[in-house]
Amino acid sequence: MSEETKLQTDNLDLYYNKFKALNHISVHIPANRITAVIGPSGCGKSTFLRAFNRMNELIPDVRVEGQVLLDGQDVFALDEVELRRRVGMVFQRPNPFPKSIYDNVAYGPRAHGIHNHQMLDAIVERSLRSAAIWDEVKDELGKSALRLSGGQQQRLCIARALAVEPEVILMDEPASALDPSATLRIEELMQQLKAEYTILIVTHNMQQAARASDYTAFFMMDDNRAGTLVEFGPTRQIFTNPRDHRTEDYISGRFG
Amino acid sequence: MTTVIHTVGQTRNTSGQVKSCSTSLAHVTSSQYLRDKSNLKSRKLTQQSAFALMWLAGSVAVAVLVAIVGYVVWLGAKVITPDFILQPPRGGMAGDGGISYTLLTTFYLVVLTVGIATPLGVAAATYLVEYAGAIRKHRRLWSRLIGIARLGVETLAGVPSIIFGLFGYALFVSALHFGFSLLSATLAGACLILPVIIRTTEEALRAVPNSYREGGLALGATKWQTIWGIVLPTAAPGIITSIVLSVGRVLGETAVFYVTLGGSYRMPTSIMSSGRTLALHVFYLATETHAFDKAMGTAAILVLAIILINLVINLLARRLNRMMKG
Amino acid sequence: MAYKSARLMDRGVKGILLAAAFLAVAIVFTIGLFILRQALPAFSQIGVFRLLSGTEWRPSQSIFGLLPMILGSLLVTLGAIVMGVPLALGCAILMAEIAPRSITAVIRPAVQLLGGIPSVVFGLFGMRVLVPLIRQIPVPSNTGFSILAASIVLAVMILPTITTVSEDAIRAVSGDYRDASLALGATKWQTIVGVVLPAARSGIVASVVLGIGRALGETMAMIMVIGNSVIIPQPLNDNPLTILLSQARTLTGNIAVEIGYSSGLQTNALYATGVVLFLLTILINSLAHALVKERAI
Repeated sequence: MSEETKLQTDNLDLYYNKFKALNHISVHIPANRITAVIGPSGCGKSTFLRAFNRMNELIPDVRVEGQVLLDGQDVFALDEVELRRRVGMVFQRPNPFPKSIYDNVAYGPRAHGIHNHQMLDAIVERSLRSAAIWDEVKDELGKSALRLSGGQQQRLCIARALAVEPEVILMDEPASALDPSATLRIEELMQQLKAEYTILIVTHNMQQAARASDYTAFFMMDDNRAGTLVEFGPTRQIFTNPRDHRTEDYISGRFG
Repeated sequence: MTTVIHTVGQTRNTSGQVKSCSTSLAHVTSSQYLRDKSNLKSRKLTQQSAFALMWLAGSVAVAVLVAIVGYVVWLGAKVITPDFILQPPRGGMAGDGGISYTLLTTFYLVVLTVGIATPLGVAAATYLVEYAGAIRKHRRLWSRLIGIARLGVETLAGVPSIIFGLFGYALFVSALHFGFSLLSATLAGACLILPVIIRTTEEALRAVPNSYREGGLALGATKWQTIWGIVLPTAAPGIITSIVLSVGRVLGETAVFYVTLGGSYRMPTSIMSSGRTLALHVFYLATETHAFDKAMGTAAILVLAIILINLVINLLARRLNRMMKG
Repeated sequence: MAYKSARLMDRGVKGILLAAAFLAVAIVFTIGLFILRQALPAFSQIGVFRLLSGTEWRPSQSIFGLLPMILGSLLVTLGAIVMGVPLALGCAILMAEIAPRSITAVIRPAVQLLGGIPSVVFGLFGMRVLVPLIRQIPVPSNTGFSILAASIVLAVMILPTITTVSEDAIRAVSGDYRDASLALGATKWQTIVGVVLPAARSGIVASVVLGIGRALGETMAMIMVIGNSVIIPQPLNDNPLTILLSQARTLTGNIAVEIGYSSGLQTNALYATGVVLFLLTILINSLAHALVKERAI
């Protein structure tokens, strides 16, 4: 792997109270690529994803051991507010705020201290364009975001994440609540975005991982029900020539 | 965009240069803003000050409670002796004597009021939840009447207690010539707590899962057998909570009884006698005889009773929670 | 046989329950109608407008104007809201968003208990602690019995209502909104102000409206600390703030203080006071219910 590393974990262990949810995860996520995280339910994919923007900390009694690095910097040494600006996130269920489309996108920049109207206008337009939703909503920016369709809401959430100019976008099954055509649009969008962002996406959908990602990480539960990383590599290799028999079993549908 | 960001990195140190790339002015400066960590400190400071204020509010609330309860119980404890509790009040400007009759009057009034309002309230709530729901679909007039009934109960639950007192005075004290008496006070008090019982019981009944009802009916039980055997027992902790709540309400209520029970400190000999509850006694001692020490003693007993009632309610709520989960 | 008797029982019980429901509802409407009926002579003989706008209340001369009491009720309620709402909302936000569970487990029962304390106890505390303290303020003819004392007592009394209802409203806000805001790099406080409170807005407003209803309806504690003079509250000296030191009487107090000794038109005028209060609280409560319903949708 000669790619530049954007995100990295070294021997990452994560506990909910006494329960170990992640077991010794070490991985390098390359910059400006789409990396898919796949595996059966409950194997810690989302927990792994949330380690990079420290969202796990919002749950009481979570303990993390090992290292999580962003550009080689320990994320626990960064301020979490600054970290989350640099590492954006799109959630499983579209979760626009009950505000207007404009205010949804402007929310992040405003939180970071931008109040100049022209500046906000420019950010909103640029973000909505980047998220491929500008043409659909440009005439009704004052409309409540909750009146958009599910697929539009999810693209709005992507725009909202882009508005604070992150370097990484974490996507937690962003298309699982969407219909096939909306899913396809999100995948196309990801391809456009990877030129500027590093994308890490959790997905249940094998085809989606195979179609849309450059690299794939396969997670499973070990004997103690803790999530472990079985295999990481270029997507093509994982899907055509996996090194680990468990990966092969999972991908060929023998369990999971 | 990456290149633009790159430029920003370079122009940052040499201020003023930013203006030159006018086409992406907004972008450049916003990028600068977003990468600038200097406002992070002020945002955190705002958060800290705001949180400090919230903590202050919470502390004030607890402190006020401790101050009021502490003050009343501390001063009250000085007069609370076996004599104070067992001796009858003797009136007079110093509020001589104890509170034995007052305690008894309070007990009578609580038992009578809750005894009248509970069966009526629980029955009404049972009808509204278990029977009225089924009517809805095919009889429009009837369902509209039920809607009005609900609205009436909701409205009364929010009406000031003095209104109930006024009603009790007009109907029972004057129109029906019951005078200032336990009877007038009981009936007015029952009206006061009726909406409380109906509403709380309705909630408890609604919390019973429908599968319980279906289970009973599927076994061939009649509707009433199902309600009596399954639904009401399941809702019992909630119904008991509503009764305990009403006991607290009657104990603490003053306005209604001030205008229906009169203020005699003597022992009520019949249902037509006037009398004083603990709360009324506190009011009279404080405002008319200025016997503040005795007022504090009576108030302290009242407060301790309320604390006890709150404990019981919390215990019931915990049990209810456990039942709904398990 | 057994089946038949069970059937019969089923019908009988339904009838009894229906009768109970009917009686309960009948009581509800009797209360409203009865008070209205008793008040009618006052409205017809004095006139609605004169009753509401009259600045003097002198039963001995058959002058019945409710304006002093209306102003008294409004002023103490306003004072209670100004002092009580920030305190109550702070408490609610603290419990729902900031404090760890162990602290909330202390504050919540305390607030609940505060809501159960009888109003005479608040009144007694006000009389013995607040009124003497306020009397220390060196303004001529300041007795301590004042709108200020009443407002402080009321602020504490409405705190449990407002705190409980708004805490529920804040907790009901979807966690998705919080996650989204925090993931954008907003601070926790920015998340509370920017997303959580706006989403809980209608519930919070409803809690305040309910608090206003409670404040308007409080009777005994008001009688004990407000002085009960029938005057239009005015500043005691050049400083307009000294209006807070003025005595006053509330609508509720007017009823309670006089009903036992009243007769004739005075009694009717007191029922009219009740009607005004009744309508005011119905208005306020339906507003609160409408707001809560809006949230439910």
